[in-house]
Amino acid sequence: MPISSEAGQMPLISVTDLDVRFGSDDEIVHAVRGVSFDVAEGETFGLVGESGSGKSTVLRAMSGLNADWTGSIEIGGTLLGRVRGKPFYKRVQMVFQDPYGSLHPRHTVDRILSEPCQIHRMSDIDDRVSDVLVAVGLGPTFRFRYPHQLSGGQRQRVAIARALILEPEILLLDEPTSALDVSVQAEILNLLQRLKQERGLTFVLVSHDLAVIAHMCDRLAVMNAGRIVEELTVAQLRASEPAEAYTRQLLKASLGYDRSAAAGMESFD
Amino acid sequence: MIGANGGKDGALLTVEDLSVRFHTRTGIVDAVRNISFSVGREKVGIVGESGSGKTMTGRSVLRLIRPPGEITAKRMEFDGHDLLTLSEKQMRDIRGDRISMVMQDPKYSLNPVMTIGEQIAEAYRVHTGASFRDAKARAAEMLAAVKIRDPERVLSLYPHEVSGGMGQRIMIAMMLIPDPDLMIADEPTSALDVTVQMQVLAIIDDLVTQRGMGLMFVSHDLNLVASFCDRVIIMYAGQIVETCKASELDQAKHPYTRGLLNSLPRLDREPGPLPVLERQESWKTEPGVDAYFK
Repeated sequence: MPISSEAGQMPLISVTDLDVRFGSDDEIVHAVRGVSFDVAEGETFGLVGESGSGKSTVLRAMSGLNADWTGSIEIGGTLLGRVRGKPFYKRVQMVFQDPYGSLHPRHTVDRILSEPCQIHRMSDIDDRVSDVLVAVGLGPTFRFRYPHQLSGGQRQRVAIARALILEPEILLLDEPTSALDVSVQAEILNLLQRLKQERGLTFVLVSHDLAVIAHMCDRLAVMNAGRIVEELTVAQLRASEPAEAYTRQLLKASLGYDRSAAAGMESFD
Repeated sequence: MIGANGGKDGALLTVEDLSVRFHTRTGIVDAVRNISFSVGREKVGIVGESGSGKTMTGRSVLRLIRPPGEITAKRMEFDGHDLLTLSEKQMRDIRGDRISMVMQDPKYSLNPVMTIGEQIAEAYRVHTGASFRDAKARAAEMLAAVKIRDPERVLSLYPHEVSGGMGQRIMIAMMLIPDPDLMIADEPTSALDVTVQMQVLAIIDDLVTQRGMGLMFVSHDLNLVASFCDRVIIMYAGQIVETCKASELDQAKHPYTRGLLNSLPRLDREPGPLPVLERQESWKTEPGVDAYFK
């Protein structure tokens, strides 16, 4: 059962018994198995796990990119269906891992940012584009550039700007810095923290990097083989107090190389 | 296996004044600028961000830079061989056999139309002339050594049927079979999960400590290099800006190294805005430092 973040307060996001299966009858991959968690408004909730643990699949089901799921996903008390309409995307936006793949290579930054506004029939698109560029630290000189003229960090800023231009309440972040150099990662993490404070956003952050999760989140869920192994607060993580052996091993391995620890690594699938 | 006439001070590889240039339409790009270093029977980490020249440094040791790229050096010596003057044929005897390289991306390094077993066995047979049956058995053994469960099954798979992490372990197994004297590993574990990464590094570690292999470990991961390697070389804009013992990396002095270290989120530090690295133009013009094995 998910532990509620603040007693009595209704969670903004509530995922219950989420199941995701891929493939047909004879070869079914059960990617997510009975995942439940709540996220309070203004909170950053982390999903951490190794590759194949199902963390990104959870996020894709939440964002509506994958319609093959069972269970329930509620946002602000409203149950979400398989197909999401415009009002959903006005509230919830996603930032992807690969800033090289997630921007249209032949659209300018201006067009990349204007398109969501046109779809949502918003007014003063021009002002919105220039404002959001300033907000993500790029400024007007970047407006008419193409993605190939930008560095990885600048592209990820554009991807964040595109997510923010509709003024959503919730950002789903799928490994937003894992393709970036550490110094650029620091800039993007700082940017996300600042935007969150300024705009009162709620984040769900997926990452394989425990240090990034600990830096950004209030609470986290550790996933393995499609299940949530453990839910804990970042304070518990920092104090090295995970209850589960799997989490302890993950934490140990994240602290750097240790020959004796390597010998004792177990398999948990 | 290892020649008696190693480089000076027992170094396996000695490189002096190495530069790598690319002649492009828009001018000459200096990927590596006059760097000098040597590698003994130890683990040397080469760290830097993308574009720092760390990968090019690793590749140039095996002369794997193609035109328009150009390698120049005053000296590039491996175990008594002058790598600059060897013929292509002599280079081929060294590559894979005496010096092996694990590349970053298994997807592009494995032959897509050969099974894993055939590829590993082929590499082994080329270097040892063993029978196919022996080569298969050795391949299965090495897959088990890199913690692949059910190696017999994996031997019959094609590269597209294995995950990235598995592909990387297969690459490492393949490179370890000929028992090289020097291994150049370019981000060998960055596609792996942390727990698997630990296990794979332990295999490489044992080869260095037990067999006396030399290792050039190219990586962007400072924490990993600090905990895994013996010595660290930090590269910026094609130069070596600093070098130190891995255990003393946290006391590094160069502002670039300090900036990189500070920009890492850490489990043992309270969150707050991360210090952002401010790059100085002078880092590019200051002369680099030498990083010889002592």
